[in-house]
Amino acid sequence: MKQQVLVLYLNTSGLDSEVLAWSFYDGTGTTNPTTGDSDLPPYDTGTEALRDGWRLFQASQLVPPYPGHEYDTSFLKHEFWFEKLE
Amino acid sequence: MATTSLPLLSSVEVARFVAHGFHRMDGVVPDELNEEAIEVFDAGVPVVYRGEPVAKVFEEGSFARRLLDVPAVAGALRSLVGPDPLVDHQALHVRSPHEGAAQPLHGDAIIDTRPDAFDVQLMYYPHEVTGTMGGTLSVPGSHLRRTNESDTGRYQNLRGQTRLTCPAGTVVLLHHGIWHGGRRNDSDRRRYMYKIRFNPTVPQVRLWDTADLDDPRVAEELSVYFPWCEHATGRLEIYNRIKLWRAMTGDASFDIDLWATRVANRPGRAA
Repeated sequence: MKQQVLVLYLNTSGLDSEVLAWSFYDGTGTTNPTTGDSDLPPYDTGTEALRDGWRLFQASQLVPPYPGHEYDTSFLKHEFWFEKLE
Repeated sequence: MATTSLPLLSSVEVARFVAHGFHRMDGVVPDELNEEAIEVFDAGVPVVYRGEPVAKVFEEGSFARRLLDVPAVAGALRSLVGPDPLVDHQALHVRSPHEGAAQPLHGDAIIDTRPDAFDVQLMYYPHEVTGTMGGTLSVPGSHLRRTNESDTGRYQNLRGQTRLTCPAGTVVLLHHGIWHGGRRNDSDRRRYMYKIRFNPTVPQVRLWDTADLDDPRVAEELSVYFPWCEHATGRLEIYNRIKLWRAMTGDASFDIDLWATRVANRPGRAA
C-alpha cells in the first residue's frame, strides 16, 4: 500500500471552513503534482475531503502570537494533513 | 515629489503596489529591444552581486541600460525605489522545454523585516509567455509575510495566485518579499526571464506623482482582501499596509476604518 498526502489550508481553524491553498504528494507515482499546477482546489472545505474518503492525520495547533509580534503575518495558519492509502 | 519628465506612477498605482506587492506593465518594451534580448541572453548573463550605481554596472548603450531607459520602466522604478538606486544583482532565468519541475515557492534573498524601506526586483519577459510555458508564479499580497526564502516551498497552489501569461516586452516590478517561483515549462519553447534587483539610496517617501494622494481609491486599494489569505489575517495585512503607507507618505495619522488608531488609543497613558 502506498500513501497519497493532501494538505489543505483553511480559512479558519474549523475543519469545515473554506480551502484557501492546497498541496498534493502522490506516493503511488501515478501523478506528478508540482508548484503552481492548478488554480482550483480539489475540495471547497476540509469536511468535503473527509466525505471523499481522505483521513485526517494532523491539524495545526492554535498558537498565540509571541508578545510584541501580534500584528506580524507569516505562514498560512490553518494547515490540515490528510492521507489515502492505495 | 522630485521634478522629472518621467511618467511617474500615481498614488493609486503605488497603493496598489503596496497591497499587491507588484506593478505590472504589459508589452512596454519595444519589439526591437525584445528581439535583441534573446541574442544578448544566449551570449550569457553572469550573475553578479555589485551594490553599485546603474551607470557603473551597465555600460552606456548596453542592452540593460536601454531596457532601464524605456520611459514606462524608468518612471515606475523612480516612483518606487527613487533616483540613483544601486544594482544589487542581475540574473537570467531560463526554463528549458519540458523541464521536470517547478521552483518551490520562495522569497528572494533572506527574511527582510524592514518596515519603511524595500528593494524592487525587475522581471522582464522578452517574448510572449503562454500558459504552458511556465510563467512566473506569484502570490499577490504575500510580500509583507515574514517568511524566509523557500520555507514556503510546502505550498503548491493558492487561491488567487498569478500564473503569469503576458505579451512580449512585459516588465513586472516586485516588492522584495513577494512569494514567487518559476513554474514547470510544459511547452516546446525555451522561456527567458531577466531579473535585476535594485536597492534604494534615498528614503522611499513620496517618490511618485502625489497629485492624487487624497483620492479615495488609495484606501480602497490598500483595503483589498486576497482569496488565499485567512480572513482574520487579512485584517492584519491591512494594518501592516497602513503602517507602510504611513512610512511612504510621511503621514503618521493615515488610517483606514480606524484599524491602526483603535489599537493605539490609550487615554491618559504614557506613550
